[in-house]
Amino acid sequence: MSDKPKNTGKKTEQKAEQNQRLSVFKTYKLYVGGKFPRSESGRVYEVTDSKGQWLANAPRASRKDARDAVVAARKAFGGWSGATAYNRGQILYRVAEMLEGRRDQFVREVAEAEGLPKSRAAAQVDAAIDRWVWYAGWTDKIAQVVGGGNPVAGPYFNLSSPEPTGVVTVLAPQESSFLGLVSVLAPVIATGNTAVVIASEKFPLPALSLGEVLATSDVPGGVVNILTGGTAEIAAPLAAHQDVNAIDLAGADEALAKELEIAAADNLKRVVRPQPVDYFATPGIDRLTAFLETKTVWHPTGALGASGSSY
Amino acid sequence: MASEMVSAKASAFAYAPAPESRSVVDIAPSYGLFIDGEFTEAADGKVFKTVSPSTEEVLSEVARAGEADVDRAVGAARRAFGKWSALPGSERAKYLFRIARIIQERSRELAVLETLDNGKPIKETRDADLPLVAAHFFYYAGWADKLDHAGFGKDVRPLGVAGQVIPWNFPLLMLAWKIAPALATGNTVVLKPAETTPLSALFFADICRQAGLPKGVVNILPGYGDAGAALVAHPDVNKVAFTGSTAVGKAIARQVAGTDKKVTLELGGKGANIVFDDAPIDQAVEGVVTGIFFNQGQVCCAGSRLLVQESIHDELLDSLKRRLSALRLGDPLDKNTDIGAINSAEQLARISSLVEQGEAEGAERWSPSCELPSSGYWFAPTLFTNVTQAHTVARDEIFGPVLSVLTFRTPDEAVAKANNSQYGLSAGIWTEKGSRILAVASKLRAGVVWSNTFNKFDPTSPFGGYKESGYGREGGRHGLEAYLDV
Repeated sequence: MSDKPKNTGKKTEQKAEQNQRLSVFKTYKLYVGGKFPRSESGRVYEVTDSKGQWLANAPRASRKDARDAVVAARKAFGGWSGATAYNRGQILYRVAEMLEGRRDQFVREVAEAEGLPKSRAAAQVDAAIDRWVWYAGWTDKIAQVVGGGNPVAGPYFNLSSPEPTGVVTVLAPQESSFLGLVSVLAPVIATGNTAVVIASEKFPLPALSLGEVLATSDVPGGVVNILTGGTAEIAAPLAAHQDVNAIDLAGADEALAKELEIAAADNLKRVVRPQPVDYFATPGIDRLTAFLETKTVWHPTGALGASGSSY
Repeated sequence: MASEMVSAKASAFAYAPAPESRSVVDIAPSYGLFIDGEFTEAADGKVFKTVSPSTEEVLSEVARAGEADVDRAVGAARRAFGKWSALPGSERAKYLFRIARIIQERSRELAVLETLDNGKPIKETRDADLPLVAAHFFYYAGWADKLDHAGFGKDVRPLGVAGQVIPWNFPLLMLAWKIAPALATGNTVVLKPAETTPLSALFFADICRQAGLPKGVVNILPGYGDAGAALVAHPDVNKVAFTGSTAVGKAIARQVAGTDKKVTLELGGKGANIVFDDAPIDQAVEGVVTGIFFNQGQVCCAGSRLLVQESIHDELLDSLKRRLSALRLGDPLDKNTDIGAINSAEQLARISSLVEQGEAEGAERWSPSCELPSSGYWFAPTLFTNVTQAHTVARDEIFGPVLSVLTFRTPDEAVAKANNSQYGLSAGIWTEKGSRILAVASKLRAGVVWSNTFNKFDPTSPFGGYKESGYGREGGRHGLEAYLDV
């Protein structure tokens, strides 16, 4: 680090000129188990804006951080998957509310990260907020859409219901640092899964700020865990982790995706392969159903007698 | 004392033999591969013998598919795909309805054939396998022209060529689970039956002929694991469907990594059958027996772990032992037979070795006094008591007539023990309390839960596992997804 020329933070310069006061920098930290730890490794990496100016030092999460995140996600799974769908919907909607209040911050972070003009960054953030609302509404509808009674040929009441797969590792898209992130994360937790998210490697700051929003939106600690750092480095132990049930490879390139899919086979994780997605388009239910299991329960119905009633 | 009672009971249930006629099925001395509507030899001329597990008699000699044959069959399926997928759904439906009807017409013949080649009792092939096979084709036939209404969007499209690999425990039923949805959705098929049970799939090829199915739509490749691996690896296969062991399922998942192939896996299980202290004991015992001794326990969703509430352990075990002593083991073609033959010498060796391991680890082994036929592959119904969760017989899938008995005190403990498995395919709950059924069922991490019943199947009912029991569902509306480009 020390041999690199130091850029002066541009935020600092502006603020200093206008207000004659030094602004307070935010220390960006991981979000694990509802807390904001630094990486246990003590490592950070430099995050710059699109012009190469320094924005922050983001934590470079280690495999130990990844394992801690899985433990937190597993611990949270019982409560979150057992919450009512209505309750999960309320909480996801609350995330949208909290984001709306911090809209300007996210517009600035996305603009700086992705090098977008304010208006385009705002469009991304608005779409991301609306995406939380869309998935908030899905929590108590998906079971009726993909589950239901099955007309078996026998005296049984036979019911199929979707249930969350468990702990899901999400490799957030590399390019779309916020809208893409929300588009892959919200469907995972909407149905009651818990998530370990690896943020965009180059643009990690909006993801870390999202952690702060989730922490104040009634999302129970551990339901979403956000890691930043080298995607390949963090993803490898998660793809091989025996207590992870599924993995979304959205943020992996072709070679990494293949490597991770092979590792994921070891405990038959459900795998979503990378595919081109227009994150501005209204999503279908694919990302919801990808992390749902179907449970079918048979109950004998008994019989009240042969004749029944004609009326 | 128990054993005296047991033998008295057994003799009271002596039955005169009631053999089903073997002459209703005509097995040819040899069969070829079924590729592009024709029976053909393997490219390298290899063959293998298929034997009757109950007698070790050679039933027929069958061509053994190799890599070149896989390539030929996939080519035929690819050529057939264009026209088949372009047919109006209503026309594809009619082919499937024809197949369903022909299966019904020939079901006695097919039941006897399946019993001969597999070793399972005729009672099961006649009353379970064959009716379900016909029902499955009938069910998916009806979907073929209604796919736009199945909830996967408008104008849904098939994937292309489906490579399907099926096991030996329900040969024709697994074929139906694979082929019926594949054809209904407009895919074409290359199917590899298991090496120990190729015959019913080859008879199915003849049914395709009778139904006038266009050539190449269904191709059947009898063979071993190498043929299955070649099929999974073939670059022109768009969809892989596999039912079998978890180890092979993982190998398949690795093999397709980085490709566009869509995969469904239906793998092993270690189902927990949970009996609460308020359950009607006799009914529960019947369910436990069905759960583990149906098809000699060679069932992926078998209830191979009995979790019994501590307070009724002794009573339940007494009843269970009494019931097991009345099971009739022997000639699978005898209509009275409850327990048939183990499918192969290899499987028998696997069961024996796991049971020996169970004894060595300190679990207590029990079997009813039971005379085993002198030829063929047989294993007496077996119970293990004093089993802990760490025992191999409580963890590994035995795939044989072996039940491990564990106990619990509270519903929470029952759920924790039931879920303490790499698998998550099936579970059973026995209690009179409705709210407890619903509470426990919702906590079990298993794809199929039977309450106060076990081993029930239906084409409308989705089937498949959680965790390492695989992914995807077969049956019902859900089963369509595996064969659609969605």
